Amino acid sequence: MTKTEPKVLKSRGEPLVHIAKRDSVSIGKKIFIRAAAILCAMILNAVFIVIVTKLNPFEVYARIFAASFSRPMLFMQLLRDLTSLLCIGVALAPAFKMRFWNIGAEGQVLMGGFATALCMIYLGGKIPTGLLFLAMIVTSVLAGAIWGLIPAFFKANWNTNETLFTLMMNYVAIQIVAYTVNILRGERASVGSINQAGWFPNIWGYNYTLNILIVAVLTVLMYIYLRSTKHGYEIAVVGESERTAKYAGINVKRVTMRTMLISGALCGLCGLILVAGDKHTLATNTAGGNGFTAIIVAWLAKFNTFYMALISFLLVFLEKGAREIASAYALNEYIAGIISGMILFFILGSEFFIQYRLVPRRRSDKADQNGKGEE
Amino acid sequence: MSEIATSAAVRLVGITKAFGTKVVANKNVSLTINRGEILSVLGENGSGKTTLMNILSGIYYPDEGQIFVGGEEVSIASPRDALRLGIGMIHQHFKLVDVFTAAENIVLGIPPEEDGGRRLDMKAVARRVREICARYGFDIEPDQKVYEMTVSQKQTLEIVKVLYRGADILILDEPTAVLTPQETEKLFGVMREMKKDGCAVVIITHKLHEVLSISDRVAILRKGEYIGDVKTSEATELSLTEMMVGKKVALDIERPEPVNPSLRLSVKNLTVYGAEGVPALKDAAFDLYGGEILGIAGVSGCGSKELLEAIAGLQTPAEGSEVRFHPSDGSAGKEGVSLIGLTPRQIKELGVHLSFVPEDRLGMGLVGSMGMTGNMMLKSYEKGKSFFTDTQSPKKLAEDVKDDFGVVTPSLSTPVRRLSGGNVQKVLVGREIASAPEVLMTAYAVRGLDIGTSYQIYRLLNEQKKKGVAVLYVGEDLDVLVALCDRILVLCAGQITGIVDGREATKEGIGLLMTKLTDPMQAENENGAEEKGGEKA
Repeated sequence: MTKTEPKVLKSRGEPLVHIAKRDSVSIGKKIFIRAAAILCAMILNAVFIVIVTKLNPFEVYARIFAASFSRPMLFMQLLRDLTSLLCIGVALAPAFKMRFWNIGAEGQVLMGGFATALCMIYLGGKIPTGLLFLAMIVTSVLAGAIWGLIPAFFKANWNTNETLFTLMMNYVAIQIVAYTVNILRGERASVGSINQAGWFPNIWGYNYTLNILIVAVLTVLMYIYLRSTKHGYEIAVVGESERTAKYAGINVKRVTMRTMLISGALCGLCGLILVAGDKHTLATNTAGGNGFTAIIVAWLAKFNTFYMALISFLLVFLEKGAREIASAYALNEYIAGIISGMILFFILGSEFFIQYRLVPRRRSDKADQNGKGEE
Repeated sequence: MSEIATSAAVRLVGITKAFGTKVVANKNVSLTINRGEILSVLGENGSGKTTLMNILSGIYYPDEGQIFVGGEEVSIASPRDALRLGIGMIHQHFKLVDVFTAAENIVLGIPPEEDGGRRLDMKAVARRVREICARYGFDIEPDQKVYEMTVSQKQTLEIVKVLYRGADILILDEPTAVLTPQETEKLFGVMREMKKDGCAVVIITHKLHEVLSISDRVAILRKGEYIGDVKTSEATELSLTEMMVGKKVALDIERPEPVNPSLRLSVKNLTVYGAEGVPALKDAAFDLYGGEILGIAGVSGCGSKELLEAIAGLQTPAEGSEVRFHPSDGSAGKEGVSLIGLTPRQIKELGVHLSFVPEDRLGMGLVGSMGMTGNMMLKSYEKGKSFFTDTQSPKKLAEDVKDDFGVVTPSLSTPVRRLSGGNVQKVLVGREIASAPEVLMTAYAVRGLDIGTSYQIYRLLNEQKKKGVAVLYVGEDLDVLVALCDRILVLCAGQITGIVDGREATKEGIGLLMTKLTDPMQAENENGAEEKGGEKA
């Protein structure tokens, strides 16, 4: 048999570092790694800021921080935007935990908001407020639930692809809303502010306090639902392996549909919160892309709703900061985006170092010895 | 010839490889592989034999140590490097493209400059493949598609693949796990041919009788460390086991006589259609008695999976199929309870105590991401009216199983996926036995387990048998089947080709039935004749 020469191949081809999985990481070390990541990001950003914008990086950081924390009102706005995002993340959690790729949150939220807006427009002022709220809740939850259930029904019965299906349902929802908005606005440019009858009440001086409270409660309830109920257990098993679920006697079809019903219903509720507690109007961009951002939130948090709150905070905080420095220093908004993006990148990247460690090349000294031996 | 026969092909010196900080797969291992010799690398699961061979074939890079091929130190950073040095590995799991032909699979991945130019000349490839086949007596047609091949042919193709690339140091990772005794013999014939040709052949296995029959020398690893090597001619099963396990192990399987067996499960006309509408199991009929172990022998794809899953309610059998359960208290009368068309939960709700240890442990029997506690709940979580799950009793059960079966796990909440194969199986078997079954079905219960754990499982099955449980044992190791089972049912391509008495059956007879597609009567006659021959010998 012919052979190529069995000589020493290449160099002593060992890579400089190995990647090795960590067995377990203490909480202290996790915090250290993340803190180190933020520090690295800030140092790198500082260099970037000085070179490109010639600004004092400390002032820039102070501005970013001030955008959310300098006044109570700004902080409450941070919470409001945070909860708008978190709410959808919480709604998506059961679906994703079941490995059902629900990327239709945008449409489900929009349908919830749509139902709420119609109630407010056509029933507002005509029936008692209590009844109006009841109507808003029932219709928005129902609208979202139907939007979630349709793809689940097809998936359960004919194994259709839920990713495409839920995505397409978004466009259906957007077209329905666009059509309705065109009728409602008449000659105006937009629907404008809807009559106040269905607005969330003003609590503690802010008319979105109720948003924050509702989402806080939902976050806790969803955590418990996924963690210690029979439903939550079934969702976890179906998500891990359908075959295991069938083996255990779980009715996979029923669990799939039930879970998407819940996920869609909660998305519908998010629509209610957005319309009645924040925007007070209806437009095709009512969900504002949060339906997609929330997917990132849910995945990064590995479906733990408390982590979702942290990640939502980070995203909203950085976004507000970026907007603030863009306007304060008349920066190109892309530069602001780069600065906040860099911080996000480092924080997400640090997750790698929490799971893996780098082992530097160990052979160097030994190879040297060998080298000497050969001489 | 003699010059070749004595030369060292590969020398491994001080090889160390660790995964993470805790798992050291190889610790300072030094090993020599000679030309013209068949070397068995023997060790239990997790002893590091596959890791060592993966290092040699360029899949892993060692943390420390040196490799010499043909006397020169080399660095093997990829499988391609290994092949250039003439080292070819045949993996346990085939790495073939199903829709390609044999020849296409063989040339796949060979850079054109190493295969005589830019243009791919499939005719020339086919010619060379035929040459190799003729030389070693392989039955591979270059134009045959992989999906049309039997398991044995696929394996042969993997061997041809590395020979085509000019390998003369061959490593076979547990090659016999999927073969019938006859196919194994054929493979061994090929290996002996290669040895005569001056190749160095390494076989990784944990089947002792194979080690004794094929190899010239045995190298033994234990827990990542090199224990030593012995000439096969000076070794016995017992001495090898002792080196492998580190202590004396009794290698006999008990087979108590069934005590007043009573009918527990009767199966008639059981037909299950596979995904393409082809019957995966055809007209199966047998009875299963309490207090006996009924073995099922068959290679993968023979229909045993469908058989067990149909009984467990996981597959829908064709019309006319009959599966009846006869409870031990006789409450269902002579007719028994029909299980056809019921879901696993309905079967359980009928009061049928059926336990099932499926072949796919982490993909079917357990939830890999959950800990022991979570897995104990799998079949009982819906008990009670509460909306919330009860975590107390599964936790207690998990503790009991951990103690009774000696499961090694950092904690009850450690995902079972992270446990070793043996411990995963103990968790699964433990849960299934804990539910006090009347029928216990196990599929490849000891696959991938070390000797100690395997014998522990055999003992557990015997305990269940003594308790009057009807045990269905699907296995691939015929030596174990003929030692453990009261009766052995042989499946071939979805048909029952015979049910033989475990006390009288021979491995060869069963092997013949496993490959017989002719009518069962004839097969049984031949089997009988062989048995007599065996007794005389």
